[in-house]
Amino acid sequence: MSEELLKVSNISISFIQYGSGLKQNILDVISDLTLDISQGEIVAVLGSSGSGKSLLAHGILGILPSNANLSGTMHYRGEPLNQNLKEKLRGDEIALIPQSVKFLDPLMKISEQAIGDCTEEEKEEKKAIQREVFEKYGLSKEVDDMYPFQLSGGMARRVLVSTALLSNPKLVIADEPTPGLDERSIKETLNHLRQMANDNVGVLLITHDINAALEVADKIAIFYAGYVIEIANSSDFTGDGEKLIHPYTKALYHALPQNDFKLTEGHQPLHDELLKYCPYFERCEHPTDICHETIPKLIDIGDKKIRCNRANEFKTGEF
Amino acid sequence: MNYKSLGKFLSYKLIRLVLLLVAVSLISFLLIDLSPIDPVKSYIGEVSVSPEQVAKLEAFWGVNEPITTKLINWLGNLLHGDFGTSLIYRVPVIDVISERFFASLTLMFSSWLISGVLGFVFGVLAGMHKGTWIDKAVKVYCYILLAAPTFWIALILLMVFSVDLGWFPTGLGVPVGKLAENVTFFEWLDRLILPAITLSLLGVAQIAMYTRDKLVNVLSDDYILFAKARGENGWNLIKRHGIRNIILPALTLQFLSFNELFGGAVLVEQVFSYPGIGQAAVAAGLRSDVPLLLAIVLFSTLFVFCGNAIADALYNFVDPRIKEGESSE
Amino acid sequence: MNKSKNTYYFKKMNLRTKTLLIISLTALILIAIVINSFFIEASSLTTNFPMRNMPPSFEHIFGTDWMGRDMFTRTLKGLGLSIQVGAFASIVSTIIAVILTFVSRLNKYLDSFVNWLIDLFASIPHLLVIILVSISLGGGLFGVIIAVGVSHWTSLTRVLRAEIKQINTFEYIALSKSFGKSNLWITGKHFLPLVLTQIILGTILIFPHAIMHEASVTFLGFGLSPHEPAIGIILSESMKYLATGAWWLAFFPGLSLLLIILIFDLIGDNLRKLLDPTKAHE
Repeated sequence: MSEELLKVSNISISFIQYGSGLKQNILDVISDLTLDISQGEIVAVLGSSGSGKSLLAHGILGILPSNANLSGTMHYRGEPLNQNLKEKLRGDEIALIPQSVKFLDPLMKISEQAIGDCTEEEKEEKKAIQREVFEKYGLSKEVDDMYPFQLSGGMARRVLVSTALLSNPKLVIADEPTPGLDERSIKETLNHLRQMANDNVGVLLITHDINAALEVADKIAIFYAGYVIEIANSSDFTGDGEKLIHPYTKALYHALPQNDFKLTEGHQPLHDELLKYCPYFERCEHPTDICHETIPKLIDIGDKKIRCNRANEFKTGEF
Repeated sequence: MNYKSLGKFLSYKLIRLVLLLVAVSLISFLLIDLSPIDPVKSYIGEVSVSPEQVAKLEAFWGVNEPITTKLINWLGNLLHGDFGTSLIYRVPVIDVISERFFASLTLMFSSWLISGVLGFVFGVLAGMHKGTWIDKAVKVYCYILLAAPTFWIALILLMVFSVDLGWFPTGLGVPVGKLAENVTFFEWLDRLILPAITLSLLGVAQIAMYTRDKLVNVLSDDYILFAKARGENGWNLIKRHGIRNIILPALTLQFLSFNELFGGAVLVEQVFSYPGIGQAAVAAGLRSDVPLLLAIVLFSTLFVFCGNAIADALYNFVDPRIKEGESSE
Repeated sequence: MNKSKNTYYFKKMNLRTKTLLIISLTALILIAIVINSFFIEASSLTTNFPMRNMPPSFEHIFGTDWMGRDMFTRTLKGLGLSIQVGAFASIVSTIIAVILTFVSRLNKYLDSFVNWLIDLFASIPHLLVIILVSISLGGGLFGVIIAVGVSHWTSLTRVLRAEIKQINTFEYIALSKSFGKSNLWITGKHFLPLVLTQIILGTILIFPHAIMHEASVTFLGFGLSPHEPAIGIILSESMKYLATGAWWLAFFPGLSLLLIILIFDLIGDNLRKLLDPTKAHE
């Protein structure tokens, strides 16, 4: 079995925010998240857009804003991943592919940004590597001297992907790499991720695009109202969804156009509705009393993880 | 292609400038004409003169003529480069202006430079250490100095450094009994330092506050986050991405500050008796030297306009997003 | 974890309450000064030659001047006057700004005219505008108020115009237009309420500048007459006594003026933060 790269255990991320009047709220964006990624593996975190999934990436890289509060533990190749280690690894062994061209300095030429901060001696060597990687991704020499605003959407995406690969990372975090792209560019981007995994890089794919996740990921963590409610293998998303366990995952699967296109009523609880019970309680078709009393823990079932009080019953297919 | 757009820009600005100067001359002339100022009286001053002489002077100033005639006369003379004769200095206005403007420009330029550099440095220091004591100190300084009346700061500095400590002369542009041309460089510098420091102290506040806020904003931008995610940090991160993105706006603001700079110079020159254009403006206003006052209004408008135009040009021709954007049209 | 959350909550909770507190407290101080200045009787400002040029003491905390008048009383009276002039001048500015903004909405020629007018005023040094207008009106209280008012409307006009441009894109404005409502009707019904907070905030932000400029032109001799107990007059008089070491004549009145301006700046800033919640997170 390949080596485990990143192990995230019981991570919670919260914010302080001003409500109306003189009120202040605590916003739980990510609650009790557990996840691991091994070499050559693509793990997708799938959640609706604007649900704060990106903060997971920021938490791993140690670049959360100062008013954010992070708890829980992380390990990188067995070592505790503290702020010091994060700072050492980011941009080196751990690389980020950001969401959009807005993550590039608007006043700096592309090649200078890609190379990053380095000494004069290193520059030439890095420039050669940059050119090589860019070439691989079909970025011509003119791109080097362009400013971010001059890049087209697909070009910007390739630039962002290639910047991540300049340092030969072991772990790549791709944060929403697909929105705003045409069909072909999406395919291309996902292929890039697959290639990385084939080169034994671990990839954490953060996305709201279930098709993208299904197409490329090995494992999919379903993110609901700040909680991971199921971590399933993407091979489980098949047939009538009988291999899926959590009712939300099933609903999600059935909502796909290629399946039943069936929608479940209700909406996800908002972040500021502080939850004291199962986040899916309101919409669940099979709730029990206990579901309204406690938040279920994420438990292991085989090679999967489920957050549901009745996971064992669901697993045996009683419903 | 850039020369072409630069040419277009310059000719556009030139047209605006001409319009502006015409409007300013009209408005200021009307305002003065509305005022109870009597140019004959202010010319005569305390001297007693015969009624015939008064009549002669009145004819000379055109006191009893309709405003349109006066205005046309004045504008006509302006077009010939004739600004008239200063009533209080008794020399052509243009001579007063050129001498005084030189003194004022020296004062304004030195404090502009000092306040720009210091303000930017303080602003960057405060911005990159947001929330620390450095940030708080800079903010307190800025708040207090932005609220401080210019002339009061000038008075306090004059009291402390000239009266109490005796480090600098208490006033007068040139030492008494010396002709302006014979003043040595150091004597002149001696008289420049305190006014320049006063103006700088005040100028620092605005630019430091702006730089600080701008940097704080930039540092919360996505590209800073990404740069950090790529392992950049500390001073290099600030230098590569922070300063790159704030230097142009800060420079633009500094050029836009010519208006306040001039206002500050008027007050400072008055307190320190520095023989600049501001002091001349106050004297001209108080002693009803209409030709001089009007000329000062025109030249200071030109000065402020230049600052604004440079700021505009910086924005249009240096920022690659706008520069390249235009050329690709 | 819950406990630490709660303590954090408690510590941070009163940021807005604090802002409101600062605003009301400082407003109270200002009102007190103005009211107080009305009740300062002429008798307390009479000359008292045996007590002249006294440095600060417990009896006269700001010292006395060359006529033995108590500087603290004079300063208070001057501040009251400054605040009143500042208030009137900023109201004049606001009225000009509002009128020009709505004029600019009428048609596009007027709009570019207003735009040009803003540029024009931004290009003449403010201090000279004030001096010119003040001279033209023959100086005095009225002259200063109008002069300061005339030179401070540009920033608020810019803000209002930008605001209006944004509101113009709202759908119900277009809807009103398509219902055949007149421009004036739309302006009064939809625009005024929306920009009202901006107008009030703008007036308060002009305030400190107005006070500062009034003091400046008065100091230069173009503002209030030398008989008025204005701060500018006090400070310009003090210049004659600087060489004799009477530092308190300039120091305390100027410092008091600074504090008043600072208070206004703080009120303005805090109000802006309150009204613009996106910035409140800092």
